[in-house]
Amino acid sequence: MTQPTAGALLELSGVRKRYGQQVAVDDVSLALREGEFLTFLGPSGSGKTTTLMMVAGLQQPDAGSIILRGKAVDRLPPYKRDIGMVFQHYALFPHMTVRRNIAFPLEMRGTPKAEASRLVDEALAMVGLPHHGERLPRELSGGQQQRVALARAMVYRPALLLMDEPLGALDKSLREQLQLEIKRLHRERRMSVLYVTHDQSEALTMSDRIAVFNDGRIEQIGAPADLYERPASRFVAGFVGETNFLTGEALGRDGNGARVSLAGVAMPVSDRFLATPGSRVSVAVRPERVRLSTTGEGVPAELVDLIYLGNARRFVLRLAGGAEWTALMQADAAEASEIEPGQTVRVSWQGMHATAFPM
Amino acid sequence: MGAWRVLRALACTLVGIYLIAPLAIVLVISFSSASFLRFPPPGYSLRWYANLMNDPAWLDAIGVSLQVLLPTAFLSTALGTAAAYALVRGRIRGGGLIGAFLLTPMVVPSIITAAGLYMLYRWLGLNGTLPGLVIGHVVVTLPYVVATVGSALRSMDPRLEAAASVLGATPFAAFRRITLPLLAPAVLSSLLFAMVLSFDELIISLFVGSARMRTVPVQMWSNIRGDFDPTVAAIASLCFLVALIALGCEALLRRRNGEKE
Amino acid sequence: MRGRAPDPRFWLLLPALLVLLVTFVLPVGGLLARAFTQPEPGFQNFALLWERPVYLQVIWNTVMISAAATPVALILGFPVAHAMAHGSPRTRRLLIFLVLIPFWTSLLVRSFATVILLQRRGPLNTLLMNIGVIDTPLPLIYNLTGVLLGAVQTLLPFVIFPLYSSMKRIDPSLMQAALTLGAGPVRAFLRVYLPLSLPGLMTGATLVFISMLGYFVIPALLGGPQETMVAQMIQDQIAQLGSWGVAGAMSFVLLAITAGLLALLHKLVGLKAVAR
Repeated sequence: MTQPTAGALLELSGVRKRYGQQVAVDDVSLALREGEFLTFLGPSGSGKTTTLMMVAGLQQPDAGSIILRGKAVDRLPPYKRDIGMVFQHYALFPHMTVRRNIAFPLEMRGTPKAEASRLVDEALAMVGLPHHGERLPRELSGGQQQRVALARAMVYRPALLLMDEPLGALDKSLREQLQLEIKRLHRERRMSVLYVTHDQSEALTMSDRIAVFNDGRIEQIGAPADLYERPASRFVAGFVGETNFLTGEALGRDGNGARVSLAGVAMPVSDRFLATPGSRVSVAVRPERVRLSTTGEGVPAELVDLIYLGNARRFVLRLAGGAEWTALMQADAAEASEIEPGQTVRVSWQGMHATAFPM
Repeated sequence: MGAWRVLRALACTLVGIYLIAPLAIVLVISFSSASFLRFPPPGYSLRWYANLMNDPAWLDAIGVSLQVLLPTAFLSTALGTAAAYALVRGRIRGGGLIGAFLLTPMVVPSIITAAGLYMLYRWLGLNGTLPGLVIGHVVVTLPYVVATVGSALRSMDPRLEAAASVLGATPFAAFRRITLPLLAPAVLSSLLFAMVLSFDELIISLFVGSARMRTVPVQMWSNIRGDFDPTVAAIASLCFLVALIALGCEALLRRRNGEKE
Repeated sequence: MRGRAPDPRFWLLLPALLVLLVTFVLPVGGLLARAFTQPEPGFQNFALLWERPVYLQVIWNTVMISAAATPVALILGFPVAHAMAHGSPRTRRLLIFLVLIPFWTSLLVRSFATVILLQRRGPLNTLLMNIGVIDTPLPLIYNLTGVLLGAVQTLLPFVIFPLYSSMKRIDPSLMQAALTLGAGPVRAFLRVYLPLSLPGLMTGATLVFISMLGYFVIPALLGGPQETMVAQMIQDQIAQLGSWGVAGAMSFVLLAITAGLLALLHKLVGLKAVAR
């Protein structure tokens, strides 16, 4: 018996799920703290939704355990788990008014009528729809339906709120507005939330911690800044944020840290991964960390294109060896650099901003 | 493109007339005052409807038809709805094959089903009985119920049932509060259609009925084959009106539920 | 889901399954078995079908009449389905209603109505004579014309609904795209629209053909002796002659053709398309 992690509301250990020959979720373990906003981030088919469905009880794990509030729930049907869930396309009951939709979970729990009615009013006010109670779902806009789904999932104050790509069907500006609103509700109500998305900027904006899924496994779990600044794998570096990659050869360390040979030039990298000298590595550098100069040290590159982004400029570069990189510079810095397309430049960075992943 | 539109509209109008004209003519002739089927009639009267209401053979036939169609419709709707639910929502091995099998009576010519049933009933002593007719009609109507309710279930989002379950509804509560209300229009419409099909069914009734167990279509059939008068037009018009009313109810049912078609 | 306990919902399926096994499979199977067992075991009933010209003639008639009805129904149904799929919502509702009327009205009532319409001195001949198209009444009934006119009317829904469900999935902008790419309207239709509506066309054609194969009322009321079809022959064999063996053999032939066509359709478009 493994001891439950202190303060953990939900704990998954060694959870597996297969569909025929296909392994959908492979040995997933994680703990969600009380009041935490944890996001499952990953491409489609990476196992994040399947894991969420197993927490909800809509799918059964083939192995492993799911513990909620210290109790094993893996054999419990969904309706006995005390979980709230917001579905991808809301799943509002089309034949019930907004009020009856929100009252449904209370009714199922036998909440007295007067009490239920008060809670529904409160939930409607909470999501900013106090006068929409008598409408039918199809009479509401997508954003409003989303709010109703949220109210319905929260009205009975479940121990845990699950959200499966809840904003996927909305347009960009509405999505950003609702991200902030969900964040506010999470803060005010001190809810514990498990959130699924494939949108990395949404994950970075909303989460306390993010679990990055790939091929049914968790690649890395950590705070947004951790993931962005110190990705644990090449996959995480590529999936979370924008990254330039270049293949080179590890050289070992000297007094100033680790060094890597890229296109024949020795360049500094952080010493987070220790690759044997002579082995091949993939070096990752964020566009905003790339420095350009016309003289001095660095990997030679040709400036192919200069893209105007208003507050910033994007430099499209072709490095010696053929890799295409981008560099991002604030407007004033870019203008001061006076580099023109067609020109040859040197690309460099600070060692702490480059990671060399073993290949 | 304009010319094509006009051509299409013309074609649709002609097909529309082709579909409706014969029925409209029968409707008019049923009010004829003449004792032969002339169109347009020389004058108008209700004598053929009066004739219908006074003829015990017709009244008996209507009685038999009603006695058959009610149990048929309820039986096939209950059986078909349960089967469709199991097929669409259940995880049943060979479900696809079973589903196809339940629809086969639609593609087997009724004469074959009818002859087979007649043979079976000779052995069971069910020819000329009410249960015999009802069972025969259930065979014809059941596939339509399975198809109608099944397609309604397929177009219903299964996440609604999942949502109900997460929100705390037991499987029974989820079925009663979510699945059944959303399915009700399809179930009612298949009940209605089963009644209409049963009321119209001729060939099976012809084989497994008897002189005393004659449904309306059987009575019509023997009249048309003989020397018919406008009484047949009167009953045909009534059948047509019943079908129209049923169709109207069905359309209303769908409209009220906000379905697209 | 392999290795799991069977789904309890199977019990909901069982009653319908049992009813059809006893009241459909058993009797139909029994009838077909008679083909091989009556009056004595063997294939003599099929040999009889082959030897007597009248039997072969009826089977041939049935196939030919069905084959003639199919293109007529397709041509008439096509513009209606097209207008339903791409016309205004009002047009669509009106047309659906129009097409559903024959679907909901008894075949017998409609056949009777067609008899009256097509009679020698019936409304259609009267109309044609009054407007001076013809001098003497046309023979519209008790021949192939009568059977086709009556049958196609009842078969139109079987063409229109599958076609409609195929066509409503065709994005109208595809035709516009073809036109901007240099195809004339006829070529755009033949090369883009028609291939996309093909599953509906094939389904409709098959449904019309197999339904027509089993028709009984229409050829009996609207056809002459030349248009006798297999279903009538089966009835004659049983009711007049009591020869169940020949009736069984004919049923066998009819079902074999039907099953073959359905298998072909399944291979071409998949049977899911048929079950609407």
